[in-house]
Amino acid sequence: MNLLVLPIIIPLLAAAVCLLFWKTPALQRWISFSGTFLSFISICILFWHVVNYGPVAIHIGGWQAPIGINLVADALAVIMLLVCSLVGVCVHLYSIFTRNETLEKFGHHPLLQTLLVGVYGSFLTGDIFNLYVSFEIMLISSFALLSAANGKLQIEGAFKYMALNLFGSFMFLAGIGILYGMAGTVNMADLAVKMSALDDPSMATATGMLFLVAFGLKAAAFPFFSWLPASYHTPPSAISAIFAGLLTKVGVYTVMRFFSLIFVQNIGFTHELIVVMGVLTMIAGIIGAVGQYDIRKILSFHIVSQIGYMLIGFGMWTEIAIAGAIFYLVHNIIAKTNLFLAAGVINRLQGSYHLDYVGGIYRQRPYFSILFLISALGLAGIPPLSGFFAKIFLIKAGLLDGRPIVVFLMVFVGLFTLISMIKIFEKAFWKPVKEGVEIQPLPGADNPSVINSMMIPIGILAVVVVLMGFGAPIVFELCKLAASQMLDPSAYIHAVLGGGF
Amino acid sequence: MNSLLLTVTARVLLPGFLIFSLFLLLRGHDLPGGGFAGGLVGSAAFALFGIANGVEKLREVFNIDTIWLIGLGLFLAILSGTFSLFLGDPYLLAIWYELPFFEYTIKLSTPLIFDIGVYFVVIGVVMTIFFSLQEDN
Amino acid sequence: MQSALAIVIGIIFAAGVFLMLRRNIVKFVFGLALVGQAVNLAIFASSGMTRYHAPLIHPESLYLSYQSADPLPQAMILTAIVIGFGLLAFTIIILLRTFQLFDEVDTDELQMVDKS
Repeated sequence: MNLLVLPIIIPLLAAAVCLLFWKTPALQRWISFSGTFLSFISICILFWHVVNYGPVAIHIGGWQAPIGINLVADALAVIMLLVCSLVGVCVHLYSIFTRNETLEKFGHHPLLQTLLVGVYGSFLTGDIFNLYVSFEIMLISSFALLSAANGKLQIEGAFKYMALNLFGSFMFLAGIGILYGMAGTVNMADLAVKMSALDDPSMATATGMLFLVAFGLKAAAFPFFSWLPASYHTPPSAISAIFAGLLTKVGVYTVMRFFSLIFVQNIGFTHELIVVMGVLTMIAGIIGAVGQYDIRKILSFHIVSQIGYMLIGFGMWTEIAIAGAIFYLVHNIIAKTNLFLAAGVINRLQGSYHLDYVGGIYRQRPYFSILFLISALGLAGIPPLSGFFAKIFLIKAGLLDGRPIVVFLMVFVGLFTLISMIKIFEKAFWKPVKEGVEIQPLPGADNPSVINSMMIPIGILAVVVVLMGFGAPIVFELCKLAASQMLDPSAYIHAVLGGGF
Repeated sequence: MNSLLLTVTARVLLPGFLIFSLFLLLRGHDLPGGGFAGGLVGSAAFALFGIANGVEKLREVFNIDTIWLIGLGLFLAILSGTFSLFLGDPYLLAIWYELPFFEYTIKLSTPLIFDIGVYFVVIGVVMTIFFSLQEDN
Repeated sequence: MQSALAIVIGIIFAAGVFLMLRRNIVKFVFGLALVGQAVNLAIFASSGMTRYHAPLIHPESLYLSYQSADPLPQAMILTAIVIGFGLLAFTIIILLRTFQLFDEVDTDELQMVDKS
């Protein structure tokens, strides 16, 4: 089952070849894009295989589990891989069209490939130390991408991003050390077996809290989210789009993986805590977004708020709730990335991200406004787009679980999300530019081919939002498959420990 | 730096350091050493030469593009794992081949190619840092 | 011995966190480095404090014939040290650049991302 290594070695190989051709950025663009696209194709084939035949595992180097490192793909991992690679292809297309010469000189293409290696590696790995290494690959690539533009705002944003994320990595490492001391293994499937056989589960829950801090920091949960609004609005638009779509969602994925496989001894405490964290995250994100006028800052606070929904869905620990959380995750990756890409187009057309200095885009470009509106209303949860079904599944799960207050807060925060999206649409697209404000479009804004080609990735993602809305039952069946595999990890454990490749 | 002692010492030690780094690289699998330690010793050699004689002389001795070296090393490391893919085995399975050479046997293996890749990456990274720091000054 | 090491790890961690809460970002980076070292020591302590041999197999035999130290935490600590060193190097470069751009090392003055 060597297909499992392809999503990791294809981008890594592309990064290596990009470094070999360091002096010619034109060739780097082609190599890098073919790397992203080929890994997308291999992930599609892997997706089809895992959905039809169950979890698969490969033991790297021939060393058997639990000693060796293994890569495991079950339904959750493969869903996340598919969505993230789709988003990766679209953002890569966008970044090729918005060619940024200074960034390319600093190695934008190899760094993008190593970022994808880190993300795909985090989804595929079956070993917690390998997860740490993948996190660090992703983290270092994101630092380098964030600080490549080298302006005042970028360096300050990079410092704030780096400060908290490094602390989170150290907490993760401390947790790995303590977990190894307790269980004697770092293999996730073996840990699942050994942790259920422990005679003192209270120490396990304490270690779980260390991991919750580390992954909560990565996922921008309450109270660890302040690095996100401080840094996501600083880099160039393609980079902030890929950060918004991928990085925090890896944190949510690892919370789901750890708290369904390893730390299930004290569900009454740990998962209730995750629900409470989710509720506070939702509210904190939306309160932060109300007073902002920079488009990307509003969207960054919304990322925080939407992470809250996913954590609530996971913490409720029923099949429909976890499936709803996964559906929400998938929908959010696509819609959020699309909104950030659209914000980049607004900047290119009118020269600013601030709502007071833009306006009247609907007059100039009605089709672009419709694409933005699809993603924005999708995020806010208007039928028949994907966000509506995501929220409906979570609300139904909450009501079935007997949590009326949580459901009320979910709907309330959804209302405020809608208000923010309408605010952006009204001020940037509907109303004309304010009196006395001069628009300074970026150079190349009058070149229609550049702007039209930037619409292609935005269009693809908008179509996926609509398709997810109309095809919600099919996608929800997939999410229920992933949720059932999470609630009963025996297929996962058997794929890793029970022989195999 | 204008120290005669340092200049002469660096010039004499540079070949010794490089041979030692290759020695560390080749003994890495069974005994202490390996690509990482060998790479660090090799780049320490060039760094010592650079500090003693200045960056221009170092560029004459070491005129490979360091980022190209990082790419080559990474490429070799990934390539070493793909040999086992063609045999139907998992990725990165070690393949050993014993080559008889008169009365000795030379053991060729994919971990050696991996270690050589790591060696190039380490030299490339440390020399990139060194050159960019020197040119900043 | 294990409790002494645990107390030492706790002291280093506390010192690191105390430095991280300072206003000066240089002290913050020092605190981060200390926290990193404390965490590496924690992994070391988790492997058990034994006085066994190094985990190397004799050239003639096929198996480990004596009680040996656990090799996995050694590999983990090595990897963690290398990753930590790389990250810290990058942090220091960002710190240098921040000082070059802003002429300030006080976090109360670095407010540009919040005000924009």
